[in-house]
Amino acid sequence: MIDVKNLHKSFDGLKVLNGIDYTINDGERIVVVGPSGSGKSTFLRCLNRLETPTDGQIIVDGVDITAKKTNIDEVRQSMGMVFQHFNLFPHFTVAKNIWYAPVHHKLMSKAEAKENAMRLLERVGLQDKADAYPSTLSGGQKQRIAIVRALAMNPKVMLFDEPTSALDPEMVGEVLDLMRSLADDGMTMVIVTHEMGFAREVANRVIFMDEGKILEEKEPNEFFSNPQHPRLKDFLSKVL
Amino acid sequence: MIVCFMEKSMNFFEVIKEGFVRTFIKESRYEMLLEGLGNTLKVTLFATLMGVLIGSIVAIIKVTYKQSAKPNLISRILNAICETYTTVIRGTPVVVQLLIFYNIIFAYSDQAVLIGTITFGINSGAYVAEIIRAGILAVDVGQMEAGRSLGLTQGTTMLHIIMPQALKNILPAIGNEFISILKETSVIGFLGVMDLTRFAEKVITRTADVFYPYISIALIYLVMVMGLNYLVKKLEKRLAKSDRR
Repeated sequence: MIDVKNLHKSFDGLKVLNGIDYTINDGERIVVVGPSGSGKSTFLRCLNRLETPTDGQIIVDGVDITAKKTNIDEVRQSMGMVFQHFNLFPHFTVAKNIWYAPVHHKLMSKAEAKENAMRLLERVGLQDKADAYPSTLSGGQKQRIAIVRALAMNPKVMLFDEPTSALDPEMVGEVLDLMRSLADDGMTMVIVTHEMGFAREVANRVIFMDEGKILEEKEPNEFFSNPQHPRLKDFLSKVL
Repeated sequence: MIVCFMEKSMNFFEVIKEGFVRTFIKESRYEMLLEGLGNTLKVTLFATLMGVLIGSIVAIIKVTYKQSAKPNLISRILNAICETYTTVIRGTPVVVQLLIFYNIIFAYSDQAVLIGTITFGINSGAYVAEIIRAGILAVDVGQMEAGRSLGLTQGTTMLHIIMPQALKNILPAIGNEFISILKETSVIGFLGVMDLTRFAEKVITRTADVFYPYISIALIYLVMVMGLNYLVKKLEKRLAKSDRR
C-alpha cells in the first residue's frame, strides 16, 4: 500500500533522512521508535508529503506522491493524520471539526456527515461534547476527537505522530485504547511513539530509526527481547 | 467666555442653547450637518471594508510567498507588486494621495466622495495588510498542517481555517483602524466633499463664531469613536466564546 524507495530529506543542508527503503502492506501496524532527532517524525510526515522529500520516491496505492503532477490533496483524503498537539480547529465546534472535511470534499451530504460525526463521537464516548468548543476539552478528549476527525474521511491508512507525547500521564490510556480498537478493526497504521508497551502489544512490525536510517526492523517480541544493533540495545536499555 | 456670560447676565444654559441654535438650527443647517455626517460615515465604512479586503489579499500573498520553499513566478511577481504598494502608500501622506487620486488619476471624474473612499480604502489596505500578516503568522502552523492533512487545499485552509482565527485575533486592531480612518476622513474637505469637518467651516463662514462649530464636531467625533470602541469590545467578547477555558 505504501512503498518508500531511497527516501532522502535534508533541511538547509542538514541531512535528516538518509536513504530509507520500506514497504507497508494493507492492514499492517507499523510502530516507529528511535531517539529524538532520529528522523522518525520526518519520515512519517513525508508519507503524506507534509514534508517534501529531497530525493527518492513514495508510492501510495500505485500513485507516486513525489511526482510533481500528482494531486496531493486527493491522496491525502485517504490518509488520516494525528498530531502530537491535536491541532483541532478552535473556531469550530467539536462536531464541525469532524464533519467539515467530508462535507467540503462532497463525500457526504451535510446531514449524513453530521450523523456520522455523532456516531464517531459515541464511539469515543464524547457525544455530549458535540456542541462544545475544543478549548473546553482535556488533552485526552482533544486527541480522541482528532483521531475521529481523521476517521470521518474513511482513510485507508492512519499516521500517528507521537499522539500521546503531549498528554498528561493519566490521559494516555484513553487515547491508546482508541488506537487499539482501530487496530482491532484492521486499520493500516503507522505510529511514531515512545510507548514501548503499546508497540509490543499492537504493532506487527517495529522499526528502529537513528540518524535518518532504519537500523533494525522486526516483529515486536523479537525486537524487544533480541535486539541486534548496538544502538538499538543502547536505546532499549534507556527506555525500558 | 465666562466674562461674556456674566456681562450679559445670561443663564449658562441659555448661552449654550443660543450657540446650539445658531450652529445647527438656523437656516436649516442641520441638513448640512446630516449630509456631512453621512459622508463621513459612508467614506469611513466603505474605506475600512476596502482596506480589510485589500489588506487580506496583500497579506495572504506576502505570507504565501514567505512560506513556500521555492515560490513560483506568479507568486514572485504578486509579492513584488504588494511590496511596492505598501512601500509607496505608507511612504506618502494621505492628503497628497487624495490630491493625486482626485486631480490626476481620476481627473475625468468629479465624484469626490467615491474618489475619497477609494483613496482611503487603498491607503488603509497597506496598513491593514501588515496587521493581518501578523495575525496570520500568529496562528499555529499546526492548523495549516491539520487542514492540509485532511486533503484541503492551501487556499481552502487559508480561507476557512487560518483567516477566521487570524481575523479574530486582530479584530481590536481592525476596530482601531476603523476609528483612525473615521478621524482621518476629516481631510476629505480638500476635495470639496461636505463632511463633518467641512460642515463646521461652512457654518463659521456664515456666523463668524468658531467656538460652537469646532467644539460640536469634536464632540460628535468623540461620541462616535467611543460608541465604536464599545461595539468592538462587545464583538470581541462574543468571538471569545470559543476561547472559554
